[in-house]
Amino acid sequence: MMVTLSHYLTLSALLFTISIAGIFLNRKNVIVLLMCVELLLLAVNFNFIAFSRYLDDPAGQVFVFFILTVAAAESAIGLAILVVLFRSRRSINVQELDVLKG
Amino acid sequence: MFTTFLFYALSTVLLAAAIGVITARNPVYAALFLILAFVASAVLWLLLEAEFLAIVLVLVYVGAVMVLFLFVVMMLDINVTTMREGFLRYAPVGAIVAGIIVLELAYVIWFRSDGLPVGAQLVPRDGAYSSTEELGKVLYTQYLYPFELAGMLLLLAIVAAILLTMRHRPGLKVQDVAEQVKVQRGDRVRMVQMKSESE
Amino acid sequence: MERIYLAIVLCPLFAALVAGLFGRQIGRAGAHTVTILGVGASFGLSLLVLKDQWLEGAAAFNGTVYTWAVVDGVTMNVGFLVDRLTALMMVVVTSVSLMVHVYTIGYMHDDPGYQRFFSYISLFTFAMLTLVMANNFLQLFFGWEAVGLVSYLLIGFWYTRPTAIVANLKAFLVNRVGDFGFLLGIALILMATGSLDYATVFARAPEMSTQTIELWSGAPWSVMTVACLLLFVGAMGKSAQMPLHVWLPDSMEGPTPISALIHAATMVTAGVFMVARMSPLFEYSETALSVVLVIGATTALFTGFLGVVQNDIKRVVAYSTLSQLGYMTAALGASAYAVGVFHLMTHAFFKALLFLAAGSVIVAMHHEQDIRKMGGLRKYLPITWLTCLIGTLSLIGFPGFSGFFSKDALIEAVGHADRAGATYAWWCLLIGVFVTALYSFRMYFLVFHGPERLDAETKAHLHESPWVITLPLVLLAIPSAIVGWPTIAPVVFGDYFGSAIMVLERNDVLGELAGEFHGPWAYILHAFSAPIPYLALAGALTAWYLYLRNPGLAETVRLRFRWLHTLLMNKYYFDDFNDKVLARGSRGLGNLFWQLGDVLVIDGGLVNGSARLVGWAAQVSRQLQSGYLYHYAFAMIIGLAVMVGWLLLGA
Repeated sequence: MMVTLSHYLTLSALLFTISIAGIFLNRKNVIVLLMCVELLLLAVNFNFIAFSRYLDDPAGQVFVFFILTVAAAESAIGLAILVVLFRSRRSINVQELDVLKG
Repeated sequence: MFTTFLFYALSTVLLAAAIGVITARNPVYAALFLILAFVASAVLWLLLEAEFLAIVLVLVYVGAVMVLFLFVVMMLDINVTTMREGFLRYAPVGAIVAGIIVLELAYVIWFRSDGLPVGAQLVPRDGAYSSTEELGKVLYTQYLYPFELAGMLLLLAIVAAILLTMRHRPGLKVQDVAEQVKVQRGDRVRMVQMKSESE
Repeated sequence: MERIYLAIVLCPLFAALVAGLFGRQIGRAGAHTVTILGVGASFGLSLLVLKDQWLEGAAAFNGTVYTWAVVDGVTMNVGFLVDRLTALMMVVVTSVSLMVHVYTIGYMHDDPGYQRFFSYISLFTFAMLTLVMANNFLQLFFGWEAVGLVSYLLIGFWYTRPTAIVANLKAFLVNRVGDFGFLLGIALILMATGSLDYATVFARAPEMSTQTIELWSGAPWSVMTVACLLLFVGAMGKSAQMPLHVWLPDSMEGPTPISALIHAATMVTAGVFMVARMSPLFEYSETALSVVLVIGATTALFTGFLGVVQNDIKRVVAYSTLSQLGYMTAALGASAYAVGVFHLMTHAFFKALLFLAAGSVIVAMHHEQDIRKMGGLRKYLPITWLTCLIGTLSLIGFPGFSGFFSKDALIEAVGHADRAGATYAWWCLLIGVFVTALYSFRMYFLVFHGPERLDAETKAHLHESPWVITLPLVLLAIPSAIVGWPTIAPVVFGDYFGSAIMVLERNDVLGELAGEFHGPWAYILHAFSAPIPYLALAGALTAWYLYLRNPGLAETVRLRFRWLHTLLMNKYYFDDFNDKVLARGSRGLGNLFWQLGDVLVIDGGLVNGSARLVGWAAQVSRQLQSGYLYHYAFAMIIGLAVMVGWLLLGA
C-alpha cells in the first residue's frame, strides 16, 4: 500500500482541525493562540507541498516559501506586540483585554 | 513499503505533537511540542521530495521562530493557572466547529476531488533532479517581484518588531554618534589665561 | 387702437401703485385724485372703444401684446380681444368703478385706511379689465384670481373686526373651490386643443364636441360637457351660484362702496361674462347648458326667499344680488347670452345704485344697518330716497325702467327655450319676480316710509349725505332708469354682439323673439299680456300691505310659519352644512392623515423608525464587539466554516 495524495490531504485536514480546536481551547493564552496559528499554516503548507509534488508543479513550493515568510513576520510582530502589552499591563490574559469593546 | 511505514509513524508523531500543543498546561511545553511537530513535518516534507523547504522549516522555524517563542514565554511572567480557567468552557463550540470543518474537508477530499490524482502512485524521481534548483528557477524568474516583496516584508517585520519593543529609559548611558561627530574644538578645550606664578 | 387698450388697462394699475406705495407722500387728496384720474381715463377711453366698435362698426381686435412663455408648443400670451361684448363690459366696469371712486370720497371720509382703499379699488378695476379684455385663458385666469384677491383684501378691509376676517376667509375659500374647477376646465381645454388662445379654441369647438374622455373606466363623457361644467364651477364660485353662494352675503362686512363695486356690479358678473364669452363652447354641450339653466333658476328663486327675512339693509341688497345673478345665469343656460349680458349691464347700474343708496342711508344713520330701526327717512334724505326708489323700481322690473326690459326679455327667453329643465326654470323665475318685488319694497317701505323707529340721538344728526355721495347716486339713477330704452333693440334683439357671442341655429331663442319685437313702446304694451308686471305689482302691494298698512299681519305670518322662518333665517343651513360636514370633515380627515400618515407612519415609522432601527441594530451588534480577542478569532473561524459550506453547496 503506497502513500497517495489523499493520505497527505487527510493528514493536513486533521492537523488543521486540531489547531482550530486549539484556538477554542486556549482562548485566553495569546502565546498558545499564536502557536495554533503556526500549526494552521503548517497544515496549509502540507497541502501545498503535497499538491506540488503530485501535480509536478514547483509553484506550490514557491507559495509555501512565501507563507513561511509571512508566518515568520507575523510571529515576530505578534510576539513584539505581546511584549509591549505585557510591559504596559503586566499581564497577557485575554480576558482582561476588552478595551476594544463597542 | 518503508516510506508508508515512515509516513504513518511520522503522521502519528505530528498529530500527537499537535494535540500536545493545544492541551499542554505550560506554554513552554506547548512550544516544545510545536518544535516536535515542525520536525516531524520537515521529515514528512522530505518524503515529498521538498528538501529545500524541509530544511528551511527546521532552520527558520525551529531555529529562529520557536526559539523566539520560548524566549518570550520565559521572559514574560505568565500566570498559568488563570490562563487555564474555563479551559473546556468553549470546548463544545470548538468541537462543533471542528466537526463541521472535518466534514467539509472530508467531503472535499472524497467527493469533490474529480480530476485530481488523489489515488495516484508516487514515482520516485531520479537522483539528478534537484527540487532546490527547480524552486530557485521559478522563484528568481517568474516570482521575482513577489520574492522581492517578501524580502521587504521581512525587513518591515524587523523594523516593526524593534520599534515596538524598543523603549527609552531615562538615565541610560548610551553613545550618541551624531553628537560625537559634530563636536567642535571649542566644546572640548577651554583656553584659560593665567599669569605665570613666580616663585 | 392697441395703445388705447393698453392705456385702459394700465391707467388704473398705475394709479393703484401710486396710491398704494406712495399713499403717505401724496396724502388723501392725492390718492383720490390720482385714482379717479386713472379710472376716469379708462372710462373715457372705454367709451371711445365702444363708439369705435358699435357706432363705427370697427372689426373686433384680437392681438397679442407680449409673449410671456412658450412651453412645449403652448404659447402663453398677454393679449387683448376687444369686440362688442368686451367693449360693453369695459364701459360698465369703468363707469361703475368711477362712480364708486367718487362716492368713496364721501363714504370713507374718516377712515384711516383711505389711501389703501383707493389703491385697492383701482387695482380691482385693473384686474377686472384684464379679465374682460383677455384673449386667452391664461390671462382670463390671471384676472379671475386677481379680482378674487382684491375682493379678499377689500372684504377684510377693516381687518380689526373678527367678522370681517372670517368673511374674507370664507369668500376666499369658497372662491377657491370654484377656481379649482375653473383651472381644471382650462387644463382640460388645453389638453383637448393644445392651445390657450380663445380664437384657436373656439375654432376647434365643433371637433372638440365629438371627443370623449373617460373620467373613470367605462364612462365616456363628452370633453365639451366636462370642460364646460368645470368652467361653470368657476363661474358658480365667482358669480355666487348655489351652492357656492354662501360667501356673498358675508362679504357685506366690507365697506359699502366695495359691496357696490365688487359684490354687486362687476366682479360677481365675471362668471356671467365668462360663460357668455365661452358661448362657442357652451353651445356644443346641451347638458352643460341645462345644468347652468337649472342652477341659475334655483339660485334666482331660493336666494330671493332669503332676502325676505333679512333685517340688515346691505344683506337684503346682497340677497337680491344673488337672485339677480341667478337670473343672468338662467338666461345663459337658455342660450340667451345676449339678454344675460344685457341684464348684467342694467343690473350693474341699478344694483350699484341700490348699494350706494344703502350706503348713504348707513352713513346718515351713523353706521346703523338694521332696517327695523329705520323708517320714515324719506323727508330727511330726499335724494337718497328718490334714487333708491328708481333703483327699486328698476330692480323689480317696473314697466319702462331698465330692469324691466332686461328681466322681461330674460324670462321670455327662458320660457321659449326647449331644454331640459326650462319649464322648471321658467316657473322659478316667474315666482322670483314676485319675491323680488316683495323683499325690495319691504326694505324700501321699512327704510323710507312708515313710523320713525330711530332713536333720538341719531335723529338729531340726521341729514342728507354730501354731494360726493349723492352725485354718483344721481349719475347711476339715470342709466338705471333709461339705459334700457336705447339699448334693448340692438343688444337683445339686434345684432349688436355680432360674432362675439355664438348661438347655434337650433338654440336661438332670442332670434325667435326678435320677430315679435317692434320697439320699446310696443314691448311695454306687449308685456302686459304676460304675468310678469302683475306679479311685480302684486309683490309690491303685498309688501305695502304687510309692512305699512297692517304690520301686525307680518308678525302673525312669521309666527304661523315659524319653521319656514327658521329655515330661511338659517339660509337653508348651507353654512351649517359647510361648517359641520365639509370643514369639520376635512379637518377630521386632515387630523386622521396627520395622526396616522404623518405622525405614525412618516414620523414614527420612517423618520424616527429608521433612526430607532439603526439604534436598535447598533445596540444588538455592539454586543458582538465584546473586545475579547478570541471572540473575533471565533467569528473568523465560524465565518470560514460557513463560507466553505456555502461554496460547496453553491458550486
